[in-house]
Amino acid sequence: MDENQLAGYADKNQLPPPSERIPAIRWLKQNLFSSWFNAILTIVSTVLIMTIVFGLLRWALEARWEVIPANLKLLLVGTYPVEHLWRVWATVYLIAFLLGFSSGAHGGLMRRVSTTAALVSVVLAVLPFPWGTRGWLLGIAVAAVAGFGLGYLGKGIRWCKRLEIASWILSFPISLIFLNGVGGILPVIKGRTMWGFMLNLIGAVVGIGLSFPVGVLLALGRRSKLPAIRLVCTAYIEIIRGVPLISLLFMASIMLQLLLPASVRPDLLIRAMLTITAFSAAYMAENVRGGLQAIPQGQYEAAYAVGLNRALTTILIILPQALRIVIPAIVGQFIALFMDTTLFGFIAILELLNITRSIMGNLEWRGTIFELYAFIGIVFWILCYSMSYVSRRIEKTLGVGER
Amino acid sequence: MINNEGIIIYRDVHKWYGDFHVLRGITFTMQKGEVVVICGPSGSGKSTCIRTINRLEEHQRGQIIVDGIELTNDLRNIEAIRREVGIVFQQFNLFPHLTALQNVSLAPFWVLKMRKSKAEEAAMKLLERVGIPEQAQKYPAQLSGGQQQRVAIARALAMSPKIMLFDEPTSALDPEMIKEVLDVMKNLARSGMTMIVVTHEMGFAREVADRIIFFDYGQLVEENTPEEFFHNPKHDRTKLFLSQILEY
Ligand SMILES: Nc1ncnc2c1ncn2[C@@H]1O[C@H](COP(=O)(O)OP(=O)(O)OP(=O)(O)O)[C@@H](O)[C@H]1O
Ligand SMILES: [Mg+2]
Repeated sequence: MDENQLAGYADKNQLPPPSERIPAIRWLKQNLFSSWFNAILTIVSTVLIMTIVFGLLRWALEARWEVIPANLKLLLVGTYPVEHLWRVWATVYLIAFLLGFSSGAHGGLMRRVSTTAALVSVVLAVLPFPWGTRGWLLGIAVAAVAGFGLGYLGKGIRWCKRLEIASWILSFPISLIFLNGVGGILPVIKGRTMWGFMLNLIGAVVGIGLSFPVGVLLALGRRSKLPAIRLVCTAYIEIIRGVPLISLLFMASIMLQLLLPASVRPDLLIRAMLTITAFSAAYMAENVRGGLQAIPQGQYEAAYAVGLNRALTTILIILPQALRIVIPAIVGQFIALFMDTTLFGFIAILELLNITRSIMGNLEWRGTIFELYAFIGIVFWILCYSMSYVSRRIEKTLGVGER
Repeated sequence: MINNEGIIIYRDVHKWYGDFHVLRGITFTMQKGEVVVICGPSGSGKSTCIRTINRLEEHQRGQIIVDGIELTNDLRNIEAIRREVGIVFQQFNLFPHLTALQNVSLAPFWVLKMRKSKAEEAAMKLLERVGIPEQAQKYPAQLSGGQQQRVAIARALAMSPKIMLFDEPTSALDPEMIKEVLDVMKNLARSGMTMIVVTHEMGFAREVADRIIFFDYGQLVEENTPEEFFHNPKHDRTKLFLSQILEY
């Protein structure tokens, strides 16, 4: 048989898969009305869902949504002084620029994220904000596009890639210093614990940025060959995981207040962020450990056999595979950490939830509790959903080399 | 150099897993450029034995000297020997998150501190040598078993080892892929590489091996030339084994 005959044989007898489409009526019958009991269930739940949806709709139409725009600045950046607001915008621009830069250089997921960010800012700019705010919002899109252009030009250049990574890493401390101010150069903003939703974001970013490496080290420590290190890491993880975050936060706020004199005591916000980091790191460690356990012994052996030492084996071979396995769990942990920043409200930090409470206490806005909580819910949902979307995309992208 | 009697020297090597005595006094010597095939029934300790050569398993008694370096707990000795000894596993054990080319160039870059471009160039040459240059950018999961095993051979060769160990390199392969891997190994043997091959491929043993070692119950039962081994084995145990595997 020659090649052509073979090819013909492969094509012959090949049928399309059977159609699986079913008519709507059949579908209804199969899925919703297959028995008397199911029929009743279907009708009852339809009525129930309708009632709830209509109730929600009526409420949404009558609600005093003006409470949100009227207090938007307070909700988002708390008491951050208006004359320094440009620092917040500049920080947002920095991030947008970096997103754009990465998207220009790599495309793929980064491009989606930065395009979304730019589009959202343009859409927001169309909403009835004051003209000044619209200008600032459009700036986000401009920064993203500028970053994109530069990233596109620098694509494939070695030092550009290094610069990109360094900028991303440095952008976080720079943003924090920039927002907070440094003595002598940029005035320090007073009342660090009253910055609204921005505090939730900062807390989450710091918490995520620190708890991830700490968690990885703890996980490695728990599997260490040295008993002392193993013991310390295990004890730390198990103790932290046995205590609710809120009690740790109270300890950090009240007990340290009693134990340490004010001169050596770090600022309340810093204590809160370190606490949430310490807390999250323990959970992170357990997630990472799960991934480490899934790596077959053969990977270690192959790495040692080509002459890699323990450290290089861990960094180059084991961790990349282990972390890839646990991306969903890690992102779940990030999302939990982000939402846990609302607990800062209990130790007198004016983050989003606490700011909301103070707005509700205002006579003018009495009875707007649902509107405000709906707003909080939507804001958190958007960010958490984005995170889980990005994680699913990353998983897909990385899935190439999966066994 | 402790001595120059051979590139691999085993003197009364013992090993236990708990109470189980896996290696019961192994003694043998191998010369540079020799190809030795080890065979024997499942569980007889063949894998354990060759894995003691690059210290993937530790021996508890006796002496192992590889290229003049005695294997002890000294980490520097172990690392030195691992650079001289390449190993190919039954299950390939490629790094699944790296492409074929990266699998091969990784160790030269990180361990031998080669320049990246040079390491990749060398890796590409090795992939050509094992016959799959066109698969360089693929991930292991995208390769057939035979291709994966050839990448694994290239990966081991990338460190320019003096000795290559093969632990049943074709046992996990479909019959049609066995030949392509054995061909690579034959070429390697002809190029003068010192090789220890654990395998049940008796055709390969007959054609390539300088010596065949028969293992049973952690002991070296028979050591012979291929000619003698197949036609005139010394031990009844060897005869039984041969009759069992040659039946099929
Ligand atoms: N890590 C271990 N712990 C305990 N026993 C082990 C371990 N590894 C191997 N063994 C035992 O040691 C014996 C020898 O194992 P080894 O893998 O060396 O055999 P083998 O000759 O390579 O067999 P096969 O042909 O099946 O690969 C076997 O009985 C096995 O059950
Ligand atoms: Mg074996």
